[in-house]
Amino acid sequence: MKVPATMNETSTNNSLLKTLSGLFKNNIREYGMLIALVAIMIFFYFATEGILMRPVNITNLVLQNSYVIIMALGMLLIIVSGWIDLSVGSVAAFVGAIAGVLMVKWGWNWALVMALCLVVGGLIGAWQGYWVAYVKIPAFIVTLAGMLIFRGLTLVMVRGEAIGPFPVEFSRISAGFIPDYFKMEGFHLTTIIIGVIVSILLIWADLRTRRNQIKYGFEVTPFSFFVAKQVLITAAVMGFCYLMASYKGIPNVLVIMFPLVAMYAFLTNQTVIGRRIYALGGNEKAARLSGVNTPRLLFLTFVNMGVLAALAGMIVAARLNSATPNAGEGFELDVIAACFIGGASASGGIGTVIGAVIGAFFVGVMNNGMSILGVGIDWQQAIKGFVLLLAVFFDVYNKSKSS
Amino acid sequence: MTKDKQNMSDVILEMRNITKTFPGVKALDNVSFSVKQGEIHALVGENGAGKSTLMKVLSGVYPYGSYSGEIHFEGKECRFHDINQSEEVGLVIIHQELALIPYLSITENLFLGNERSRNGIIDWNESVSRTKELLEKVGLPESPNTLITNMGVGKQQLVEIAKALSKKVKLLILDEPTASLNETDSEKLLQLLLQFKSQGIASILISHKLSEVSKVADSITILRDGATIETMDTHKDVVTEDRIIRGMVGRDITHRFPPRDSNVGEVIFEVKDWNAYHPIHEHRKVSDNINMHVRKGEVVGIAGLMGAGRTELAMSIFGRAYGARISGKAYKNGQEIDVSSIDKAIANGIAYATEDRKAYGLILIEEIKDNITLANLEAISSSGVINEPQELTVTREYRDKLNIKCSSILQLAVNLSGGNQQKVVLSKWLFSNPDILILDEPTRGIDVGAKYEIYTIINRLASEGKGIIMISSELPEILGVCDRIYVMSDGKIVDEMPTQEASQEKIMMSIMKKQEVAL
Repeated sequence: MKVPATMNETSTNNSLLKTLSGLFKNNIREYGMLIALVAIMIFFYFATEGILMRPVNITNLVLQNSYVIIMALGMLLIIVSGWIDLSVGSVAAFVGAIAGVLMVKWGWNWALVMALCLVVGGLIGAWQGYWVAYVKIPAFIVTLAGMLIFRGLTLVMVRGEAIGPFPVEFSRISAGFIPDYFKMEGFHLTTIIIGVIVSILLIWADLRTRRNQIKYGFEVTPFSFFVAKQVLITAAVMGFCYLMASYKGIPNVLVIMFPLVAMYAFLTNQTVIGRRIYALGGNEKAARLSGVNTPRLLFLTFVNMGVLAALAGMIVAARLNSATPNAGEGFELDVIAACFIGGASASGGIGTVIGAVIGAFFVGVMNNGMSILGVGIDWQQAIKGFVLLLAVFFDVYNKSKSS
Repeated sequence: MTKDKQNMSDVILEMRNITKTFPGVKALDNVSFSVKQGEIHALVGENGAGKSTLMKVLSGVYPYGSYSGEIHFEGKECRFHDINQSEEVGLVIIHQELALIPYLSITENLFLGNERSRNGIIDWNESVSRTKELLEKVGLPESPNTLITNMGVGKQQLVEIAKALSKKVKLLILDEPTASLNETDSEKLLQLLLQFKSQGIASILISHKLSEVSKVADSITILRDGATIETMDTHKDVVTEDRIIRGMVGRDITHRFPPRDSNVGEVIFEVKDWNAYHPIHEHRKVSDNINMHVRKGEVVGIAGLMGAGRTELAMSIFGRAYGARISGKAYKNGQEIDVSSIDKAIANGIAYATEDRKAYGLILIEEIKDNITLANLEAISSSGVINEPQELTVTREYRDKLNIKCSSILQLAVNLSGGNQQKVVLSKWLFSNPDILILDEPTRGIDVGAKYEIYTIINRLASEGKGIIMISSELPEILGVCDRIYVMSDGKIVDEMPTQEASQEKIMMSIMKKQEVAL
């Protein structure tokens, strides 16, 4: 996770206002998204008369959006490399159906089936990646076909009915919470302790980055800003943990999701393969002429997407406690919207994992808030469509202004 | 406006004091150019002399206001804002890259944008019968329904001319029309121009083939460095190819290149019997039995005109980045090396800095730092994780060493000037630590000061013992920088000479001679 600092080597100007506005200008993408998320949360907090921020609702929000966030991690890589995957919802349903048949009908061991399902996801990704990367059929077409193929195969597998219930170990992925070692009545202390540890880790990582930046002569924000930022982040993390602790604590799914987000943020920012994916999307020809094996890289991003879609498919199935023919319908749209709202560019080469996660929460809060308000699914869709367009317009507008 | 009246009526086109500048470059400097009624007027000059720019000003591709000077056509001053306005008065330009739509028929192409229609509904009967007439005029016996993609380049060229005729052309401009034609097709096209001349249609012919220029042209204008050198009347003046070539290249080249002491060692890199074919036109050989080598500390130039196959050769050597059915062997220090993919070529110490830095060289939306390290991320990472402090340190070193002018190495590449972008491309390849550097038009489109810096870098690399192959269309640059020169034409190496024995005239001669043999 990069610190959004004004990394300029030009002369410093310490006037407060200038620093603030400079900070905002240089990081308009990151901050803009965050501000939008906070704004929409405040809006729905008041509109729903506080229901949005109730512990049970916040927990629900995490549970409802975990699979969107997990798929958004894979989708972000695909969008950054310049393509798109429309099939993720169908793939998730298909994998859920396989899990249902194997666990419920055939009675296979749940852990074995989970491992198998991830492999199947990888194979599906490899199938689609092969057509896109090596045969050079546009991903839009390949994954549109995939969307139909895997939805169709799902229907074949479940024969139009819901398969369930799953073994309790499996459904616990989505329905369970981490155990509490303190057994306090009505308050999950373990959650708070984890929150404290995570906060300390985040501050430590930020501090280390800052020290490096100073060491290498980059201008950093004044220390007071740095402290203020840490206070805000810690407050957000602790507030979030407090809310969940007041309900049942950290859901199991968050234990899967949070490390994944951290891992993909690291992958995109700090690793060779991440750098190459950005290069591939930024200018495929230049990347190829710099020795990047672009077809193989693109192939791998699709394999990765398949695995993540499989994981999401299992989480959905576990949450519904059944494999249904229409599971995951329309997920691809929420996932793609999350990436674009989060600042990814449709032409490739631009986008961040943190942005996609914020984008996913943005979509999640909108879905959740509008449902609480009793807005019908019809209007929800229309409003989401407008918001997506607006978010991308904001991005395009910013880009044209800066160039 | 005190010109002789009679003289005026004789002239169909007059361009006066045209100056056109691009950021940092003066492409045309006070150029005057006139064409008489019904003549064939040849426009010659080196690559980058300003011929195409002048024609783009004339046809309105560069609209009125983006240049200074006046254009008079048939005695009236014209201010074209786009190409439609110039076509309206009868000025039609046929570009080097044909502008036909491959999957449409001849008829559909001829009337594209100018459809024979009533209330938006196309009258196919009229269109087809008009097409037949036009095809007859240009001597092309094809069905009007033939798709463009199924025709050869020569015939496509004739369709372009037919299209020009459909627009009631008065002055036809052809930009290197015979560059990709064979002998018979070229001959046919020249005959057609002569036929048009007898019908009173004037033509401007841009060509590198001096033999055909002296065969059909009534006047010849030479452009050099964006200025008119002279206009000759082939019926009055004594016009020899020597004189034209001298006019094209004769300029002072002292002090434009940093001095260098070459210290040439052993052969470091060699290719033998190298052949490659065009990736789409399978039977076209783009590299034809190439044998070449470069020594340690040597700068070898590859001279030639555009389309001679220099870039194609370089890219086919660089990990088969271009071409199909590539055969031949590459040796480094006498050992055969595997250059069958780009990463293998890089691993074997070869680097190729492209001629088109924006499309092939840089990731414009990324930071300078990311561009510099892209080809050698292994050097700044361990087990796949990038060491960011180390990356910053090395990229700063290159910024300082190559004098890249930027506010920070975190600046996006897109915001740099051409010269600094080129330095970023060079940095990228230097960071990959190559032994052999292929530089393709390393100074294209950058200003004189930056050019000098690039030459200095090249000298330094050579003195470090690297082997450098430099492709350039600018002959003075080749002569000023290289130790030895290969001349390429039509996919073949047609000549080789040490720089001491070379001159611009000599290089041009070996290119032209080769082309005449082909004619």
